[in-house]
Amino acid sequence: MTALSTETTQAGRTVGIPFILKKAFLSACVALVLFSLMIGIRTEAGPDGQLTWWTRFGDLASIVGLVFGGSIVIELLRQWIGPTGAEKLVPAPIQRSLSLAGRFLGPALLVFTLLVPVIFYNQRYILDLGILVLTYVMLGWGLNVVVGLAGLLDLGYVAFYAVGAYSYALLATNFGWSFWVCLPLAGMLAAIWGVMLGFPVLRLRGDYLAIVTLAFGEIIRLVILNWQSLTGGPNGVSGIPRPTLFGIPLDNSDDGLAAKLGIEYSPTHRIIFLFYLILALALLTNWVTIRLRRLPIGRAWEALREDEVACRALGINTTTTKLTAFATGAMFGGFAGAFFATRQGFISPESFTFQESALVLAIVVLGGMGSQLGVALAALTMIGGFELFRGLETYRMLVFGMAMVLIMIWRPRGIIGHRAPTVYLTKAQAISSDLVKEGHG
Amino acid sequence: MDYFAQQLINGLVLGSIYGLIAIGYTMVYGIVGMINFAHGDIFMIGGFIALISFLLLVSLGLTAIPLILLLVLLVAMAVTALYGWTVERIAYRPLRHSFRLAPMLSAIGMSFVLTNYSQVAQGARVKPVPPIITGGYTLHEGPEGFAVQLSNMQIMVVLVTIVLLAMFTWLVSRTRLGRDMRACEQDQTMAALLGVDVDRTISMTFVIGAALASVAGMMYLLYYGQVDFFMGFVAGIKAFTAAVLGGIGSLPGAVLGGLAIGLIETLWSAYFSVEYKDVAAFSILIIVLIFMPTGLLGRPEVEKV
Amino acid sequence: MSGEPILSVDRLTMRFGGIVAVQDLSFAAERGKITALIGPNGAGKTTVFNCITGFYKPTGGAIRLNHDDGRQTALERLNDFRIAKQAKVARTFQNIRLFPGMTALENLMVAQHNALMRASGFTFLGLIGVPTYRDAEKRAIALATDWLKRINLLDRADDAAGNLAYGDQRRLEIARAMCTEPALLCLDEPAAGLNARESASLSELLRSIRGELGTSILLIEHDMSVVMEISDHIVVMDHGVKIAEGTPREVRDDPKVIAAYLGTDEEEAAAVMESGS
Repeated sequence: MTALSTETTQAGRTVGIPFILKKAFLSACVALVLFSLMIGIRTEAGPDGQLTWWTRFGDLASIVGLVFGGSIVIELLRQWIGPTGAEKLVPAPIQRSLSLAGRFLGPALLVFTLLVPVIFYNQRYILDLGILVLTYVMLGWGLNVVVGLAGLLDLGYVAFYAVGAYSYALLATNFGWSFWVCLPLAGMLAAIWGVMLGFPVLRLRGDYLAIVTLAFGEIIRLVILNWQSLTGGPNGVSGIPRPTLFGIPLDNSDDGLAAKLGIEYSPTHRIIFLFYLILALALLTNWVTIRLRRLPIGRAWEALREDEVACRALGINTTTTKLTAFATGAMFGGFAGAFFATRQGFISPESFTFQESALVLAIVVLGGMGSQLGVALAALTMIGGFELFRGLETYRMLVFGMAMVLIMIWRPRGIIGHRAPTVYLTKAQAISSDLVKEGHG
Repeated sequence: MDYFAQQLINGLVLGSIYGLIAIGYTMVYGIVGMINFAHGDIFMIGGFIALISFLLLVSLGLTAIPLILLLVLLVAMAVTALYGWTVERIAYRPLRHSFRLAPMLSAIGMSFVLTNYSQVAQGARVKPVPPIITGGYTLHEGPEGFAVQLSNMQIMVVLVTIVLLAMFTWLVSRTRLGRDMRACEQDQTMAALLGVDVDRTISMTFVIGAALASVAGMMYLLYYGQVDFFMGFVAGIKAFTAAVLGGIGSLPGAVLGGLAIGLIETLWSAYFSVEYKDVAAFSILIIVLIFMPTGLLGRPEVEKV
Repeated sequence: MSGEPILSVDRLTMRFGGIVAVQDLSFAAERGKITALIGPNGAGKTTVFNCITGFYKPTGGAIRLNHDDGRQTALERLNDFRIAKQAKVARTFQNIRLFPGMTALENLMVAQHNALMRASGFTFLGLIGVPTYRDAEKRAIALATDWLKRINLLDRADDAAGNLAYGDQRRLEIARAMCTEPALLCLDEPAAGLNARESASLSELLRSIRGELGTSILLIEHDMSVVMEISDHIVVMDHGVKIAEGTPREVRDDPKVIAAYLGTDEEEAAAVMESGS
């Protein structure tokens, strides 16, 4: 495991076989100490509450061996690639052609997404996965406003997702309001909560901001969990109405869409409807964000990320600028939440844990802060990749965590490493992310 | 009154555990300027290592409890420290000079890794241990029959905390390593120019932080009689809250914050509701930060224009 | 109206804990003129600036800004962004504070935030793209372009501000402050780090701001050649108090000024003497 670290091997120094072996041996020794107790011995609570244990020396030996072998492989790879390591894994020509392809990637991706329900009409699994990815694309785009544009770190974004989901779920189950009435309400309620979070954190920076947003997310989750009379507590809310096509239900009834159109009913109709619904919501988010970036408010967000003091000297009200960023991001989170509730038909606090916030934040950072296309690609990679490992069961989060670490080491500034200007005189030149500040994060 | 005194004792004990974990957060923040999100999981690993080494020693036939505990403490500190070192080496060192969000996400990833590693390695079920340190004192017996208890276990937690704090304060203020750490905290480039091995100092910071967290893990194991793979998350967030509440970067602040969070939690559970104890702790954190944006003992941030 | 100074500072005092950075300082900046605030390092000049521009709240004293229309604003009562927004005081910083990841043009657009914000109906009208906002944005771009021309950076308009040369960044920061259309422009050491040629073009720029636009300027500067060349009025500070003021000629010959510089920094004293000859 230790061998993964990119220790800066002095450039030009030829590293011999003995060195590699020595390093691998040391890594194996470290691994032996690390894993001897945790893997070499397995504990379990017995039937009468008594703790029992047994040894697993075989597993231990194979893992230590794996570390030894892996260490050698990585060291050889590193020599082969060169001392700078991970950065060069993607060679420069490929990176250049990637950036060229980037111009067409966005439209191509959009066209493909529009066609997904047509291509995969009979593959329910892919459609469900597509809906999931799009939900995270939308969440990523929403959080991008706060983190990527305004440079405010938010570790509790899932709170707004939860507010949106519960707003719709409770309004729909208690008052029977339709999805289309509740959707804007859910967004507005989430935005109000965004402002409420915004106020206490106005003066905070960096890690203080991080912990307060995290605490805020936890508070919301704990209140939902414990306010049983309203939210049903850990049991959640079930029987949330499915969305209708402006009043026409998508079911098997006589009033259903299938009956009205005179076609045969299929449950896939609803899935496809949901697919296009979330696609529309995500595209709305994208459109609004792109518009906002070109408006004074969006420029003020980015300026805030770059230099708050200079903003104040230019007469920009940093308080309202921050609050609008929180509110806008929260509103999109609320929309996504309402969609989540109507899609699932059932929600419980389990869906709104810190892990979700971390996942969405990872999508934004991996995407390259502030880049809309990057966020979409990151969501596709993360959620898609996460699905690929579904078969691994408990190992899935383990692999996911490792991937997060490796991706950050590989591309700390995200997939799309540049910023597009919002206005130009002659030619829009991409700005390298090395110049772009990251705000208070 | 008796009831209050009892809750005060319980709160201080819990606060001591939080304080021990919080030191790790605050130290790393002071020197590297990042939130080590995996620290809560290091604490959890410490608890597991303590549990397993305890089981091993008992089955080896050792019977002297103090000796066993001492050995467990040493093993847990050593092995967990190595975990801290490895985490820094793999996930943080390559990102040392990167922009700030990258190490943070790497840390979150590492936290997922450690949580699930321990779930995979040791199973998802709660691991109970029978009470090892028993007995205690009745400090005061009230007229209604309510007695204020102070268990030996509680005395031990507080004593261990005090001893470790004293050692640690000595380490930071009197030793060469402590001086290097303070130098790195001020200015890493300058420290390196003056001959401080920055990499080593940062590694040692993680090692010490992890060792202290493992002690907290062991205390937790003994005090609550159980460990599970998920306990690192909540304890980690609470301890981090404590560190921020006290003023992140400040060592006395970490302990003070730990005690404050412990007391808030215990007293809230005792007088209001158990369900909302975490809400209370987090709310108080937010309220304190509104009025004191750098925590209780944190240095106010001077904005240089 | 025109007789009134644009800025009058009256018995300004600023204390940090026990340290008195500025003590009972009074001076005035004439309308349409360039006023320089000079003094040895640590004299409290930047503190005065920070009080005027709202980054510090003065311990005592009054700072008045007299607008063209006879309105008077008490700057010591306004905080941070309101000074730039309502009192129309713009400033630059000793260590340049541009938005490095945004282009030169974007920097100048951000400076017109408040005007554009109104034009965009506080975002809502702008979001649906009403024509009045589009016109306002065109005007804003025109103003920015005009300023880029003035500072000779038109060809770098679409480059990131962080990629510009140091001297260009200094000029861009001044242009950015000017894009807020200020009544008073405060410059904190605009010539710091510039070579002789760049200093000369800076003097040119400042004179054109005063001459063509009639904007009043208050500046802190160490480069005596710039100060002596362009200032109409000079205020000399040392250890938080005013030790002299007057025209460049008067100040140059003031023994107290020479002593203050000699007492701290021989080089600078020599510079004062030299530029007088």
